[in-house]
Amino acid sequence: MSEHLTHEHDVLVIGAGGAGLRAAAEASSAGVKVAVISKSLLGKAHTVMAEGGIAAALANVDDRDSWRVHFADTMRGGQYLNSWRMAELHAKEAPACVRDLEAWGAVFDRTAGGRILQRNFGGHRYPRLAHVGDRTGLEMIRTLQDHDVHLGIDFFMEYTIVSLLKDGDRIAGAFGYDRERGRFHLFRAKAVVLATGGIGRAYKITSNSWEYTGDGHALAYHAGASLMDMEFVQFHPTGMIWPPSVRGILVTEGVRGEGGVLRNKDGRRFMFDDIPPAYANQTSNTEEEGWRYTQGDKNARRPPELLTRDHVARCIRREVREGRGSPHGGVFLDIAWIRDRIPNAAEHIKKKLPSMYHQFKQLADIDITVEPMEVGPTTHYMMGGVRVDPDSQMSDVPGLFAAGECGAGLHGANRLGGNSLSDLLVFGKRAGQYAACFAKENSFGTIHSSEVAEAEKQTLAPFEHNGTEGPYAVQQALQDMMQDLVGIVRQEKEMLLALDRIQEFKARAERVGVTGNREYNPGWHTAIDLNNLLTVSEMVTRAALERKESRGAHFRDDFPGKDDKFSSLNIVVRKGPAGEMQIRREPIPEMPLELKQIIEEMK
Amino acid sequence: MSTATFRIWRGAKGAGKFQDYTTEVSSGMVVLDAVHRIQAEQANNLAVRWNCKAGKCGSCSAEINGMPKLMCMTRLNSLPLEQPVTIEPMKAFPHVKDLVTDVSWNYSVKKSIAEFKPRPPDGPDGTWRMAQKDADRVQEFRKCIECFLCQDVCHVLRDHRMHDEFIGPRFLVYVAALEMNPLDVQDRIPTLRKQYGIGLCNITKCCTKVCPESITITDNAIIPLKERVVDRFFDPMTKLFRVFSGSPR
Repeated sequence: MSEHLTHEHDVLVIGAGGAGLRAAAEASSAGVKVAVISKSLLGKAHTVMAEGGIAAALANVDDRDSWRVHFADTMRGGQYLNSWRMAELHAKEAPACVRDLEAWGAVFDRTAGGRILQRNFGGHRYPRLAHVGDRTGLEMIRTLQDHDVHLGIDFFMEYTIVSLLKDGDRIAGAFGYDRERGRFHLFRAKAVVLATGGIGRAYKITSNSWEYTGDGHALAYHAGASLMDMEFVQFHPTGMIWPPSVRGILVTEGVRGEGGVLRNKDGRRFMFDDIPPAYANQTSNTEEEGWRYTQGDKNARRPPELLTRDHVARCIRREVREGRGSPHGGVFLDIAWIRDRIPNAAEHIKKKLPSMYHQFKQLADIDITVEPMEVGPTTHYMMGGVRVDPDSQMSDVPGLFAAGECGAGLHGANRLGGNSLSDLLVFGKRAGQYAACFAKENSFGTIHSSEVAEAEKQTLAPFEHNGTEGPYAVQQALQDMMQDLVGIVRQEKEMLLALDRIQEFKARAERVGVTGNREYNPGWHTAIDLNNLLTVSEMVTRAALERKESRGAHFRDDFPGKDDKFSSLNIVVRKGPAGEMQIRREPIPEMPLELKQIIEEMK
Repeated sequence: MSTATFRIWRGAKGAGKFQDYTTEVSSGMVVLDAVHRIQAEQANNLAVRWNCKAGKCGSCSAEINGMPKLMCMTRLNSLPLEQPVTIEPMKAFPHVKDLVTDVSWNYSVKKSIAEFKPRPPDGPDGTWRMAQKDADRVQEFRKCIECFLCQDVCHVLRDHRMHDEFIGPRFLVYVAALEMNPLDVQDRIPTLRKQYGIGLCNITKCCTKVCPESITITDNAIIPLKERVVDRFFDPMTKLFRVFSGSPR
């Protein structure tokens, strides 16, 4: 007999980062009873790590900006695989979402006229990122957290969901455990919002914390929802690489936005060597012009360091491979050089990039106001995720919604920096709104006890095994494998090998045993999360095999160019009737004429 | 590669003992790296909170060689490795297991503080104007990552266990951020004196010393708040005025 506590809510939000907290606020203000499941303590989610800012066409710094330009920038960055409807909604609604944050207590950096200040970022034509130094994510999550706790929402901190429960086709709730005591909990809900973030822990070098094991991706998959764009994993070009223990920690793109430049070991600004044709018109071809752009000259074009992340990451990889890298296998990112250009440069850097200054000083003994940083690509963000209706964010499972990183559509083949925080706000809000509507229009589904019993049995399985495999060892081996075989540059032979390896890891995962009891036992939690990582790794690999071209974040050595055949379709993943993973190609719906015109105008 | 010994508190609900683990250490490692290595190789069920591993989330607070610190920002080369490095959970909160404590009290304190309430927008488009210099003051307080190390080191909480009478430095900083926000219109000064127990702080500045974000907690947040309380309740002229005007408090 299953032993668990039961909770009942209209809307259950799984995840307490930006998207989850924004969804919860919206659902709650629609008058329904809301619960938020937080895998860690409140306010510690990965949103806290976001540095650069929130992209929104407020036009406070450059009045030429508008939702139309933001829309076109987002589509170009995503290589036109984006859901155009999501890109449109996002560009139109982001400014109001930023203003909501201010109304809830966020204190952004200001322009001379006292408005919200905006900064330059890769792929954005105009200064567009509302920010707070380089700790915008902290400001955002704290604002949402402090707002939400007064709304009567029930928070379940340090709880993890292991399974979604269904009643026929529709969602009926979720099943999970609390970390502290290891007790099981059944959450009955009329609607469920997935806001679980990314999958970074599938890779060895990542900026993501232990939580990002693709939980929402795997939960949705097993619940029968479709996922798409899983081949598009963003490798952020600038992660720390030295000392080894900090490898992967993010170095904000804001460094480049403030005038930081990339150099190889010969001191050459190699980003000038390869400017993609689609960006040639808006990229500076002299160092002088690039510098003027970072200092706010409206007539200057942006420096090539601010090209899209996928491109910058590959250029860095090329420099390293061809022997022009830095001593520890990266390249140099230099902001200290601006002392040649402006007075009080050291103070300026500390003011604009305080946490970068702090991070390098404390973790690497590097003073970034004096010497360059060593950086290299790090697994950062998942463009792929649950396929949703662009307006409502509902998946193809009725009552199951997804927002933020675990959803798909807005970013296409590559996400622009700053578009993540705005994504969380715009689509978190929409998911909350439509989940509340769904909850009002539907009653509770029936929970099937056999489903609960099965989830419970699976969750406890690691205690039954006598520990022939340790959870950490298997997780690390999987991360090494994904890094090697399904990383920044891919090819068929290696990915087929990866699929074989994933099958071996699945067998090993079955044998994983844990010691101790159910109370706050990270070994047990790692064993449970491992199943999600395996599901997600397989989705990434199969989708990447299917896309036989290179586009955005997905680069194939065996198909190095773009292929028109793939220019208007998404790769969709779904669980088949026999439990097999199905992959299919689906055409992107035709874009309305007026949006096409905007893209043409902005070329 | 050399080795070092870590003396880690193991046990649940306050009961427990130190256990020594020897592991390999290399250049640039922080305490959290060593704890992770021990967890992966020797003690799979060792309970420890962590998230960002970059000093931004404030999850991995602990006492390292007796000092309240973030494990992710404490480099091994700053510690004497010829002797065991002791790692213990924070003392101001109830113990859960190993290095994990129950910090939920902090979340209920936060909830009891009146939320931000802005004045009507300055512009017809619903936006406000604020000078950067006004933002600066508030932004210092909003750097707080809620690691609760200041709460841990505060003797009012740690030694005198006055959790029911005093909200602690973290939440005085939080109140300061709200009170000094030029847009906010709430008045938290009366509660600051009564429910929040600001008078219990005798400005020993221990909180400021342990803050990993270098927030000047005592000088910039607590003392100005104390002054506001004094101005409101103990200024003789104001008192006299109240007597004659018959206003309450």
